[in-house]
Amino acid sequence: MLFETILTYPATPEIFLLGMTCIVLLADLFIKQQEKKITYWLSQFALVGTAVLVLLLYNVPSTLLFNGSFIWDKTAALMQFAIVAINFFILIYAREYIRERKIPQGEYYLLSLFSVLGMLVLVSAYSLLTLYLGLELLSLPLYAMVALQRDSTECAEAAMKYFVTGALASGMLLYGLSMFYGATQSLNITEIAQVTSNLSSGQELMLIFGLVFIIAGVVFKLGAAPFHMWVPDVYQGAPTSVTLFVGTAPKIAALAMVVRLLIEGTPALVHQWQEVLILIAVLSIALGNVVAIVQSNLKRMLSYSAIAHVGYMSLGLLAATPDGYASALFYMLAYALMSLGAFGMLVLLSKSGAEVDKIGDLRGLNTRNPWLAFMLLLVMFSMAGIPPMVGFFAKLGVLEALIGAHMVWLATFALVFAIIGAYYYLNVVKVMYFEEPEIQYPIVNRPIINVAISVNCLMVLWLGMFPSGLIDLCRAAFAM
Amino acid sequence: MNQLQTIIYAIVLFPLLGSTIVGLWNKKISCRGAHWVTTIGVAISFVLSLYLCYQIVFAGVPTYNFNAYIWGGSGSYQFNIGFLLDNLSTTMLVVVNFVSLLVHIYSIGYMREDDGYQRFFSYISLFTFAMLMLVSANNFLQLYFGWEGVGLVSYLLIGFWFKKETANFGSLKAFIVNRVGDFGFILGIAAVFNYVGNVDYVSVFNIAPSLATQTMTVFPHTHWSVLTVICILLFIGAMGKSAQMPLHVWLPESMEGPTPISALIHAATMVTAGVYMVARMSPLYEFSEVALSVVLIVGATGALFTGILAIVQNDIKRVVAYSTLSQLGYMVAALGVSAYAAGIFHLFTHAFFKALLFLAAGSVIIAMHHEQDMRKMGNLRKYMPVTYVCFLIGALALAAIPPFAGFYSKDAIIEAIHHALIPGASYAYYCVLLGTFVTAFYIFRAFFLVFHTEERMDEHTRAGLRESTWVVWLPLVLLAIPSAIAGIFLVGTILYSPTGGLLGTSIFILPQNNVLASLAIDYHGPLLLALDSVFSLPCWLAVGGIFVAWLLYIKFPRAPAYFVEKFSLIYKVLLAKYGFDDFNQVVFARGSLKLAKVFFEVGDVKILDHDLVDGSGRFIAWCSANLRKLQSGYLYHYAFAMIIGVLVLLAWLLW
Repeated sequence: MLFETILTYPATPEIFLLGMTCIVLLADLFIKQQEKKITYWLSQFALVGTAVLVLLLYNVPSTLLFNGSFIWDKTAALMQFAIVAINFFILIYAREYIRERKIPQGEYYLLSLFSVLGMLVLVSAYSLLTLYLGLELLSLPLYAMVALQRDSTECAEAAMKYFVTGALASGMLLYGLSMFYGATQSLNITEIAQVTSNLSSGQELMLIFGLVFIIAGVVFKLGAAPFHMWVPDVYQGAPTSVTLFVGTAPKIAALAMVVRLLIEGTPALVHQWQEVLILIAVLSIALGNVVAIVQSNLKRMLSYSAIAHVGYMSLGLLAATPDGYASALFYMLAYALMSLGAFGMLVLLSKSGAEVDKIGDLRGLNTRNPWLAFMLLLVMFSMAGIPPMVGFFAKLGVLEALIGAHMVWLATFALVFAIIGAYYYLNVVKVMYFEEPEIQYPIVNRPIINVAISVNCLMVLWLGMFPSGLIDLCRAAFAM
Repeated sequence: MNQLQTIIYAIVLFPLLGSTIVGLWNKKISCRGAHWVTTIGVAISFVLSLYLCYQIVFAGVPTYNFNAYIWGGSGSYQFNIGFLLDNLSTTMLVVVNFVSLLVHIYSIGYMREDDGYQRFFSYISLFTFAMLMLVSANNFLQLYFGWEGVGLVSYLLIGFWFKKETANFGSLKAFIVNRVGDFGFILGIAAVFNYVGNVDYVSVFNIAPSLATQTMTVFPHTHWSVLTVICILLFIGAMGKSAQMPLHVWLPESMEGPTPISALIHAATMVTAGVYMVARMSPLYEFSEVALSVVLIVGATGALFTGILAIVQNDIKRVVAYSTLSQLGYMVAALGVSAYAAGIFHLFTHAFFKALLFLAAGSVIIAMHHEQDMRKMGNLRKYMPVTYVCFLIGALALAAIPPFAGFYSKDAIIEAIHHALIPGASYAYYCVLLGTFVTAFYIFRAFFLVFHTEERMDEHTRAGLRESTWVVWLPLVLLAIPSAIAGIFLVGTILYSPTGGLLGTSIFILPQNNVLASLAIDYHGPLLLALDSVFSLPCWLAVGGIFVAWLLYIKFPRAPAYFVEKFSLIYKVLLAKYGFDDFNQVVFARGSLKLAKVFFEVGDVKILDHDLVDGSGRFIAWCSANLRKLQSGYLYHYAFAMIIGVLVLLAWLLW
């Protein structure tokens, strides 16, 4: 009876993860440096357990908990599962890397677990307070993780920039939330939605003011222009294992914030946030794709590509239809998967001190390890949006939604820049396949890592060939 | 699947199978393997087509039209792969397979020790496949497939010795000139599809009479009958493939290919595809007098004027090639007066005697160590008796001396044109009449120069002169037999049978156009026909041609030089082939090169590549290089940018 209640209680995954994280924290204190693999296995167990719980809960109907400040719905379920699954892969990829670079292992695992907990809370938050709580719980460990390699000045610089701009963004968000509270007298998303749907003009002005600040805070987390400045510096400066973390799962959580605050919280202000999102999408797509072209640093290039991808994702949001939201979610999940593959590959290739972070470092990868080169090729094709990879269907979905919402000009614009963007992705492929390697020795990885990256990249292909399952899940998340 | 289906599949697929095996594994397969596989494939195909022809033509099995499978569909349109087995197509299957089989055998000897032996056999089998598809099609699309297929293989085979400059030139010329014809052809098919909504023969033929009354506007303020436009467009295709003036220029050049190819493709089968096509489309052409008139005039002009060109040629193969042009003109002219059966009959007899002449010429060429200039031959009858006799039979058949095969078919054509009332018929009659004299003259000029007169070859060549091996002379003999007697046995059934003859219902003729029927009244058997002809003009002209050739080249060997000097202007015009080649070279070849250069340099290199393609690339790179400067690396810039961003968004919303 009790067991059954636990299994159907929607907050169980968060509670389990919190409990496990505390256990890991305590255990790690007493584990010797050589025995850190215990921390690793415990962390992975925590993630797998959470994922299983999320799966078991999937069919539980939508419920509100804790006086309406916590929600369990299909959106939350899908996002939480994606976040946890991605982190499972991240830990596999990162393990070797952080051990070789003497990055404190226990701390890495722990901070990432805390951050994941923050993401889960954020995804399920349904009041402004829990939302902010989740956001901070997600962000603070990230700042620390970027600075984790203490002997590197680059990391310190990146962490500093991230922290200061992040604090500023957080402040903006808080300011916007306070205005929402002022205008609606409520912290609860359900109530805010109700109040905003019948407003006087004075309140509306205040809400719009608040909306802009909230969007600024949210978009900062997504890393879209014009609040993108931290992205290239942090992606490049952070250890690749941390970039891998920063560049994947938190984006999904940030999308959840958009869903809760804009789509569910202020449907009455849809025209306003649509306008703002158009500007943000156009800026992100143009800037991300164009500036990525001149980058010689692979991590930096991928960071600009991330800005562009977030721009594409927001195209789905600003279509402001259930199909559009579903396509945005699909895009985000697909992007997280591709990004996981790309950064994961960089982590794997960076062996024994030889950091792989320039595009030139991939020269002749095909001769050194054809399979890995092929896997990276899949990811790059997918990012460029070439069928039959998942990236193609992601782009197709948002463009379809746009056209459905009669914004053909925006779809055309997005397409033109997708073509420009194809240049730098294909450049990576060219370098891998058609240039001579500078270093000759082949790349050898532990089998488990090879399996993980292969599964990851083949998923990119698989979801591209059979996208309907995931599309249906995304549609279900926004079924009205 | 019924028996006929199985048989026709086997007929078309065996040559393809042989071609594929030899083509894909040409490194692995030995020369013996290559010629066995392909020859057996074609032999099976030949035997089956004989059986099929017997069933359809003689055993009374009705015309069989079926679709094998749907090749493609789009909307409500559907394109099938299917076969139409009637008298016309099955007899064509026999002719194609017979000549192809003999050429396969002959090539075993002729191509010996050639580097591309396997490739050669793969090509000719592939050609056979395409030609069979062409003649057995039941719709325009498949006809077009076969049409292009034979064109492709023709290109490949003319350029077979691709290291030879002239061979490459010839193959390109053939391909490009055929492009012109095929363009008309595909337009014709498109017009059919547009107006009928279907490309199956049966439905097109059913609708043909109503098309004749419809009009279309090709140029502003003109109203042309749809059917006439379709027929003329299709005929333009036939002009390319069957080398009618002015699209004939590629055929002499095609002689750069190996001689068996000249016999198979450029004399007996492929070049007659146009004739076959027009005959097949007789239900269309019958309703358009304009189109028939065009066909007649083009054919008759070609028959005379290309024949004259053969007189000044010194290359043995080119003489035969020009004679092919001239004979194709006869066939086409026959079609023009609705004497389809006569045209097809001449196609048959020509296939035999022209393949014979080519293969005999080839035999001479082998013996002469690939010397083709007749001025360096002479008196070869002493060394090559079999070839000599065979060539003589071929020449007599070509010159239409009774009772050889060519006589019956050509005589029917001339008489049909004589009786026809269609516009242009009288002009055509004089053309074909004079043509008989010319034909006899040029072929016996070649015959005397090669086999009689004194020996003009050098000592080394003379020492090597001997009769060719049996694989070479056997096909000659096998071809000489039908060249001599096919006319006697077939003329009655094909041309003058009261039941419609060999071609039966495959061909449709309006009663008022049926000139052959009126000729049939005077027909009392082949031998009487031959005897009667002794008193007819064409026969005397042919004999006269031979006599003049004898006078000029045997009796007074110095006379030709005298005439050349006396009529030097005419001689130069003839040597220049009326200037067609020069005109094409100057206007089309150089003109399009110049035009292409302008488009390339201005349109492509400058506007497209430099300005649009590279230009947009440069522009993006420039943007990229400048925009990256926004990322200064200073934290206070970042914070500032965020605040500006918020302000911009606010302004954007609240403005």
